[in-house]
Amino acid sequence: MRVTCVVNGETREADDVWPGESLLFVLRERLGLPGAKNACEQGECGSCTVYLDGQPVCACLVAAGQAQGRTVTTVEGLAPGSGEEQLDRVQRAFLATGAVQCGFCTPGLIVAVHDLLARDPAPSDPDIREALAGNLCRCTGYEKIMEAVRLAATS
Amino acid sequence: MTMRPITFFRAGSIDEAVAAVSSHPDSAFLAGGTTEIDLLRLNVVQPTLLVDVNDLPLTYLEDVDDGGVRIGAMARMSDVARAPRIVERYPGMSQALLLGASEQLRNMASMGGNMCQRTRCSYFRDGQSPCNKREPGSGCSALTGINRGHAVLGTSEQCIATHPSDVAVALVALDAMIRTIGPDGTNAIPIERFFLRPADTPSIEHPLAHGELIVAIDVPALPVARTSRYVKHRDRASYEFALVSVFSAMRVDDAGNVAELRLALGGVGTVPWRAHRAEEALIGRPATPENFAAAADAEFADARTTPMNEFMVTFAKRAIVRELSEVTS
Repeated sequence: MRVTCVVNGETREADDVWPGESLLFVLRERLGLPGAKNACEQGECGSCTVYLDGQPVCACLVAAGQAQGRTVTTVEGLAPGSGEEQLDRVQRAFLATGAVQCGFCTPGLIVAVHDLLARDPAPSDPDIREALAGNLCRCTGYEKIMEAVRLAATS
Repeated sequence: MTMRPITFFRAGSIDEAVAAVSSHPDSAFLAGGTTEIDLLRLNVVQPTLLVDVNDLPLTYLEDVDDGGVRIGAMARMSDVARAPRIVERYPGMSQALLLGASEQLRNMASMGGNMCQRTRCSYFRDGQSPCNKREPGSGCSALTGINRGHAVLGTSEQCIATHPSDVAVALVALDAMIRTIGPDGTNAIPIERFFLRPADTPSIEHPLAHGELIVAIDVPALPVARTSRYVKHRDRASYEFALVSVFSAMRVDDAGNVAELRLALGGVGTVPWRAHRAEEALIGRPATPENFAAAADAEFADARTTPMNEFMVTFAKRAIVRELSEVTS
């Protein structure tokens, strides 16, 4: 099937899509957007988090057909440019605090934190932990990620 | 990824959705997809036609019957959890929603889809072990396998798979009604009859005809539910299925007797478990820890355990006593 959706502000098309494949596969393998990562493929780890019609979802559990006609924003769409000054405040905070180690969970976390701060500009630590419960990181032990969220909230 | 041929069709109306699924034997509705797409890729479910119902006008919440709420089947879990009328009238239901899954999954998962959520039994999900729910007649690997998290209530010799939903536990306590539209017209199913215990046919989980679509969930007005609560005990603090969860709504009268009680349990049953025996044991009796314990004993009198999950009975009884004691104090 052909899937057409608006991705990061541009109308994009993918052809010969298997209806059972994921939005994540379409983004990464057909549209050349490898920011969202493919890890668990079952909604456990959050590394594939993207906005679908304004809501963060696990792109690995969205069927390609479900994205037809929808609006998608990936981590690539959060920053207007690639220079460090042009990054989103969440991305800058992750850099500044060293909240990135292997980097695999980072794009999903960036999107999840971006959404959290849009809903709650000054989240408490327990609120941050609960909001990010669906994003697993196997390197950092989360402390630097907590620091990054606190910094992003105040920047 | 196995590239089985699948046809994808997005329905523009309820009638179109019902007609598409009911006229095709290997078809399935697709709502949020957070379980279904997972199981499809694991080859546990193998539809050849997916009928996407995400465009249907079923995302509403509206008032019904002097204080009740009708929840459209496509309302997302995250939206329902935060809706003021749910938070005010049924706080335990809001808590159950927010304690389920993760933000990402709640944003996609629908209320109707949650009612059809499949078990997390690993033998069901692996797509190959003997499993009477997935492959009727093949046997139950969980009976003698790793079954620490399996059900102790409502089980059969054919299946001990635990029902995983949190919000359904709240809804059985609240006597919700499942509204459907199918090839034979509209239907309203009291929620406790919607969840079928495995008995001899574990593969049949709901009394739905092929092509019958959940369109709404009606939650009746219930003043005592305004102080309802949901507590969930699990192996980690967040983002995990329940070992034991308790939904409670209780009113104690001036004499200290239980005047009203709605009690339901998650994590322990093959279906979301309404604790009818415990309710009956307590209503009209003094709200004391001793009576709470006796009621919990009554609820688990017929529990069927394995060496790995027998701790659940003690655990669940204590969870009930603690919850009702906290509500009382």
